Amino acid sequence: MLWRVEVREKENFTDTLGESVKKDISDLGFKNKVKDVKAVQVYLIDGDLDEAEIKKVCERLLIDPVTQEYSYGGNVFDEKNKKVVEVAYNPGVMDPVEESAKKAIKDLGIKGVRSVKTAKKYIISGNLSDKDVHSIAENILYNKVIQHAVTKTSCPVTEEEPYQFKLRRVEILGAGDAKLKALSKNGQLFLSLEEMKTIRRYFKKLGRNPTDCELETIAQTWSEHCKHKTFRGKIEYTEEGGKTITIDNLLKSTIMKVTKELNKPWCVSVFHDNSGIIRFDEKNNICFKVETHNHPSVLEPYGGAGTGIGGVIRDPMGTGLGAKPIINTDVFCFGYPDYPYKKLPKGVLHPKRIMKGVVSGVRDYGNRMGIPTSNGAVLFDDDFIGNPLVFCGNVGIMPKDKSFKKVSKGELVVVVGGRTGRDGIHGATFSSGELTHESKCTSGSAVQIGNPIQEKKVADTILKARDLGLYSAITDCGAGGLSSAVGEMGEELGAEVHLEKVPLKYKGLNYDEIWISEAQERMVLSVKPENIDALIAVFESENVEATVIGKFTGDGQLKLFFDGESVCDIAMDFIHNGLPEIKRKAAWKKQIFAEPRLSASKNLTSDLLGLLSNPNIASKEWIIRQYDHEVQGGSILKPLQGIGAGPGDASITRPILGSNKGIILSCGINPDFGKIDPYWMAASVIDEALRQIVSVGGDITKAAILDNFCWGNTNKPDRLGSLVRASQACYDIAKTYGVPFISGKDSLNNEYSTGKKTISIPPTLLISCIAVMDDIRKAVSMDLKKAGNPIYLVGLTKDELGGSQYYKMKGFVGNGVPKLDAAYGKKVMQALAKAIAKGHVISCHDCSEGGLAVTLAEMAFAGGLGMDICLGAYKRPVGQADLKNETLLFSESNTRFAVEVANEAAFVREMKGVPVWKLGSVVNNGVFKISGTDKKMIINSKTSSLKAAWQKPFAKL
Amino acid sequence: MTKPRALVLRTAGTNCDRETAFAFELAGAATEFVHINELTARRRELNDYHILALPGGFTYGDDIASGKILANELTYKLEDSLQKFVSDGKLIIGICNGFQILVKAGLLPNISGDFQTIEATLTLNDSNKFEDRWVYLKKLKSKCIWTENMGKIIHLPVAHGEGKFIPRDNKALKILKDNGMIALEYVDGSGHKCGYPCNPNGSVENIAGICDKTGRIFGLMPHPERHISFYQSPYWTKNKSSKRGEGDGFSIFASGVNFAKKHL
Repeated sequence: MLWRVEVREKENFTDTLGESVKKDISDLGFKNKVKDVKAVQVYLIDGDLDEAEIKKVCERLLIDPVTQEYSYGGNVFDEKNKKVVEVAYNPGVMDPVEESAKKAIKDLGIKGVRSVKTAKKYIISGNLSDKDVHSIAENILYNKVIQHAVTKTSCPVTEEEPYQFKLRRVEILGAGDAKLKALSKNGQLFLSLEEMKTIRRYFKKLGRNPTDCELETIAQTWSEHCKHKTFRGKIEYTEEGGKTITIDNLLKSTIMKVTKELNKPWCVSVFHDNSGIIRFDEKNNICFKVETHNHPSVLEPYGGAGTGIGGVIRDPMGTGLGAKPIINTDVFCFGYPDYPYKKLPKGVLHPKRIMKGVVSGVRDYGNRMGIPTSNGAVLFDDDFIGNPLVFCGNVGIMPKDKSFKKVSKGELVVVVGGRTGRDGIHGATFSSGELTHESKCTSGSAVQIGNPIQEKKVADTILKARDLGLYSAITDCGAGGLSSAVGEMGEELGAEVHLEKVPLKYKGLNYDEIWISEAQERMVLSVKPENIDALIAVFESENVEATVIGKFTGDGQLKLFFDGESVCDIAMDFIHNGLPEIKRKAAWKKQIFAEPRLSASKNLTSDLLGLLSNPNIASKEWIIRQYDHEVQGGSILKPLQGIGAGPGDASITRPILGSNKGIILSCGINPDFGKIDPYWMAASVIDEALRQIVSVGGDITKAAILDNFCWGNTNKPDRLGSLVRASQACYDIAKTYGVPFISGKDSLNNEYSTGKKTISIPPTLLISCIAVMDDIRKAVSMDLKKAGNPIYLVGLTKDELGGSQYYKMKGFVGNGVPKLDAAYGKKVMQALAKAIAKGHVISCHDCSEGGLAVTLAEMAFAGGLGMDICLGAYKRPVGQADLKNETLLFSESNTRFAVEVANEAAFVREMKGVPVWKLGSVVNNGVFKISGTDKKMIINSKTSSLKAAWQKPFAKL
Repeated sequence: MTKPRALVLRTAGTNCDRETAFAFELAGAATEFVHINELTARRRELNDYHILALPGGFTYGDDIASGKILANELTYKLEDSLQKFVSDGKLIIGICNGFQILVKAGLLPNISGDFQTIEATLTLNDSNKFEDRWVYLKKLKSKCIWTENMGKIIHLPVAHGEGKFIPRDNKALKILKDNGMIALEYVDGSGHKCGYPCNPNGSVENIAGICDKTGRIFGLMPHPERHISFYQSPYWTKNKSSKRGEGDGFSIFASGVNFAKKHL
């Protein structure tokens, strides 16, 4: 029988969920209409349980006897005259609580439970119409992509019918161009006509039509997401006023070229495994990967972002023979959280809702996996309204002899971890297409919900099996599911898979769905037949499913079967190498923005306070504290530093407790520079990531970087032109700095079309940097340490306010984007790194968003001390024009640092040949003062007021 | 005894097992990781060890409520072993999720002595969110053997979403106080009681850690295993000149291991 249990908080305990929903409803614009909200947890338990048993389940398991009460025979609240909304998961969406609840009921000694489903019920009182409640439900309580809301009681999901095999072929042999185009579009294949024609030719040779499954396999392997066609294809590039050049493989001729030319002996495996591997110490290597999960996060921010971090964690797990995940990073770009609801394009979720969902999705997955999130950034711009960016990264560590894999003929294909459902079907091809306001309806199945505990179990057991040497190769099931994982592993040898053997979450999946499903938390292993029993036993011992589904054959074919019937039989060579070469046109033309004319101001205190309260600069403590950044015990330099919790430049982690070797992580990103010139944007963000490494005591000769390009639709020549330009900067700058790229990824269709208008994101390149630190005891934080110490500025300031946060605050973009002289930058960084290593510097903070003024203010409130600064001490170098106060304070010129010096004479000696200026000193009266070039006071504020301004914007979320 | 044997219990969603074991090893214990399945299948026996450590994490995803499902498993599938372990006077420590498990399994505070009655809970933080922050803790006069070697005030991180300690009623609270069962309370840097964020979750009477009547079973929300070394402190870069060595959390493990050496 079906029991319906409702659980609520007792009268004298706070209903925390209800309270927070009430606040959200008020914020939505129903402030005076909503009186009270109560939240009820609903369990639907189906099975042969008698009343005594259900009572036991309620009392011993489902409620907290101190704070909660329950009912199993009716409503736990009186619902008279109240509005009721109950939210339940859609059929096919995994309910994460089901598995653990079933286990726990069994542990109670109660058998015969068939299923457990959960739902949330909200009981709202106030003066609200049905229409109001409808709008509240849609905007706050549920997301139709994964849930549904009812105003009465929800029903348990009925079981699906078992699948009846029927082979489906797609008619393409006789299809004309128009039909091919339609097939690609309606089947969500996202293939071009040229590509469809190549497929038609291949099957003409075979003399038959493809099965749906064959077509899907090809579409997935050829997707932009998996194949990076733009970066690897031919590009005809024209720069304004310049010649046209042909670039064959942009990736190989820029990013990979640097790495090859630098030829660092500590680069162990770059650009071919699931993440890039570098050497850590005598025994271990570390690997790093950063990915984006933009498109799923637009539709279902919580699930999309959660599976974003879940997916990237599986990359190190699937690198070599498997690495242990040890650090997470995340970088987000959103529309402004106070964006007017009325201006929101149709079908787009409000940026505040997206932000909250993304933050909690990454939080719940990362924290539950027990991986510290030590570094990140959050940026805001109106152009991210339709396309927020969600970058997630993970670092792993592995014994150095586990860094390579090899599949051999005759080995078994084993799928490990979560079961397969309809989750995420068409994720790979979908993320390669442009979103429209209809994508929420048509691509819903592309959104996945994660189960971090499943992935944690998989990670724990894989490392056990790895150390026992029970498998020879591993990869993760990411975009493209089994199709991509088996396709990659069997590229050389060929593989055969029996799809009916794949464990399913529920009945009813057809062979094609099983093959391309992107269900989470799955890994694929290649296992020698003699090891299979021992391998399965390792996984079973911790309740993880491992199932043999096929073998690697050696015949070079991809053969799939369902109950013995062939459903796919194509050559691996065609799947991987049959993609027709495309030539795209690219053009670059500089855009001219309005140049502001700002009158010189005598008092810049309010401008500084305004910048500190700008969401791009303001404290992200709200997010940082929700992420466990200390689990695993390795946190040495934390994201918030000093007694005032100031923003650290980079994090330092000690992965091996008891050793003094560390890992530094930092990142550089600046979409505002991207609007003006993607070349200088790319140059600046590489500089930013590197100077942050130096800032905490690192050495750029031990640093490696990762690229993540997020662009608009690069089928359009101007978008592609700007991508070319950014890639060229990557080569030029990384080469001069001597820093190799070890991995990267691109997301090239971040445009949102509302029918009439297309919104593209600004060209956005994220550079993530990882550096090995020999002695963590040499680390330096950014908070001021002691009154009386001198403050120096290191590095030249130029008139480069274009794309600055200062101009942005004033409503301008400008044109004078910061440029970079990398040869000079390298000299500055090397000198400063030496001075820090020798202990002459005790606080250091790089100058980035907001310029020198923001840097100094952050150092002051982080240390809880004041500062006395005089800009008149900045002596311009020969050949440079005098700079205005505004420029000195807010220009975002590269390669600059503010430092608190311990040993002044030694510091100056060490910095010989590098421009440094003593600007002032640390004071302990709690006042922050800056006088201008003419020595007159231009900024005067209590340090505590600066901190309050910086903390305000996100304090109440 | 030379080296007390400590069992670090693992299951799906256990996270802080490595660093907890590292702390015990440093304090002089021989540690082993044991999965709950090995105990319930009787392949390993709890009573072969002197110390049981329940580390932090999100066991079974904290589904239904934090720590609830593992608590349930201990109560219903390991009751006999556990009862013997406790009546033999052996030691148990539960950190963060481990504390939640001990409370929800009735092992703490266990006023009634029957391991069955739920006399307190750890519930959602007043801030309604997971928070990672450093807090100061004051050692109270208590029976707790785990805080014996501890200084008066220590600095440790908390990282939890459900850490608000609530005793079942005023009577239970009074018993905790009268019997020296409250071991640690949240304070500010100078040792005074204060509200959020010093008390990070809204715990009643700022309670951060409690023990049972024997003082041998101890649970706390903060993470002592995350402050074993000077370099884990958030302020170490400011105090570079001060004495470097162990972090504030080490004394808790040392107290437990020393007690086991002497008495077990």
